[in-house]
Amino acid sequence: MIIEVREIYKSFGTNAVLRGSSLQIDVGEAIVIIGRSGGGKSILLKHLIGLLRPDNGRVLVGGIDLTGLSERQLLPIRRRFGMLFQGAALFDSMTVEENVGFVLQRERSHTGGEIARQVKEALEMVDLRGIESKKPAELSGGMRKRVGLARAIIYRPEILLYDEPTTGLDPIAAGVIDKLIRRVWSQLKITSIAVTHDLKSAEAISDRILMLHEGRIHGDAPTAEILRSTDPIISNFVRGIPNETR
Amino acid sequence: MVETLRQRINDALTGLGNFGLLAIEALRSLRYRRPSWLDFMRQLHFVGVKSQSVVLTTGAATGMVLCAQTYFQFHKVKMDTATGAVVSVGMCSELGPVLAALMLTARVGAAMAAELGTMKVTEQIDALRTLATHPIDYLVVPRFLACVVAAPLLTAEAIVVGILASQLVGVNLLGIEGTYYRANMIRYTAPSDVVTGLIKALIFGAIIALIACYKGLNCRQGAEGVGRATTEAVVAASISILVSNFFLTLFLTRLFK
Repeated sequence: MIIEVREIYKSFGTNAVLRGSSLQIDVGEAIVIIGRSGGGKSILLKHLIGLLRPDNGRVLVGGIDLTGLSERQLLPIRRRFGMLFQGAALFDSMTVEENVGFVLQRERSHTGGEIARQVKEALEMVDLRGIESKKPAELSGGMRKRVGLARAIIYRPEILLYDEPTTGLDPIAAGVIDKLIRRVWSQLKITSIAVTHDLKSAEAISDRILMLHEGRIHGDAPTAEILRSTDPIISNFVRGIPNETR
Repeated sequence: MVETLRQRINDALTGLGNFGLLAIEALRSLRYRRPSWLDFMRQLHFVGVKSQSVVLTTGAATGMVLCAQTYFQFHKVKMDTATGAVVSVGMCSELGPVLAALMLTARVGAAMAAELGTMKVTEQIDALRTLATHPIDYLVVPRFLACVVAAPLLTAEAIVVGILASQLVGVNLLGIEGTYYRANMIRYTAPSDVVTGLIKALIFGAIIALIACYKGLNCRQGAEGVGRATTEAVVAASISILVSNFFLTLFLTRLFK
């Protein structure tokens, strides 16, 4: 097991977002966490990489408990992760090449030529060519996400996190991103964890779906099973029927 | 009412504690990690080179006004030639470092807080963290170093330009005898006045960088959050400079006595 979350709680002021969420993820799995907007999916995802700390409970990555570690102690553990943010979070003062090669540049162990070659390879993997000198502001939303993905995979992490990878994209661009996520997962054998409320995307990129409902994991089953589930909360979400409680 | 007050005091103390932790972490990073030379040079260019015109104009204007005002008062008691000494001591130990620091706060502190605040709200700081990069190492340390190096240099420039401008006004415009003007200036300006000004500038540089970075890194969400962080950075740094200047004056004057 590469990631284990044990009964985590997280509140912001009086708003309890996570209320005892637990999950387990094995090496090489392709997982999607679904749930309503504002339900705490991204918060849960950020706990997996130590960007947020739970008020209570534990998050274990490769058996190491992240909850007691300092920001500096977390750095080598984060090196095992790559993350694609909802808005891509590219560094807007840098070019595409500088963004994608950021980690290699910081390591100071690669020559300029090596970095340029690896950046080119990473960009080709997400079907982008000849945009190395562009700034993020010159790119479309879909291209920004693909550059974000290239930045996340260039150093070959073990685990890739995707925060709403298709949100804000048109259906064609979303389909391209889904295909890339699947390709990266199968070619690089990376454990893939995404959060989304886009069920079409969830079906395309996952083998297992977890449903987060009212701060807890309500359903956890293979993708096909979740999509055919007769559980009222899951099936209402899948069919887009509002629950009476909300 | 009492609860609100308690909450505000609690928030203020928490903020002070977090600011202290950021300062300690920055100093620790400086001690144990080699900062990126390129990042430092970029920041030094932004803080030092690009602030030249603002700081030099401020220095010149202050020197000229101080000279004119001092002359108008001293002329009544026939002490015209002491004008240069007053301008020189005032520029070296007080006006040079304080006004240069306030101009740096407005230009550099605001820009730093806004840049880091925007990075925070667009998740670029989180992205840095996921890329195994500590924001203190990458963002705060180069800015801190650049401010600490650039502030004394800019202050020295402001002092020199202010004194030269005052001499221009005093000797060429107000008719003070140039030889006595310079002689009194040199006679009454001690090396400790210059050192005091430069030490103050160094500390002010550190204050500007740390407050601006702290406000930027702790910015609230949205455009309003960035705006607020920028304003708070400028206000907090300006007040800290003015208050600390008083205590530094007392301390450094006794130190060099």
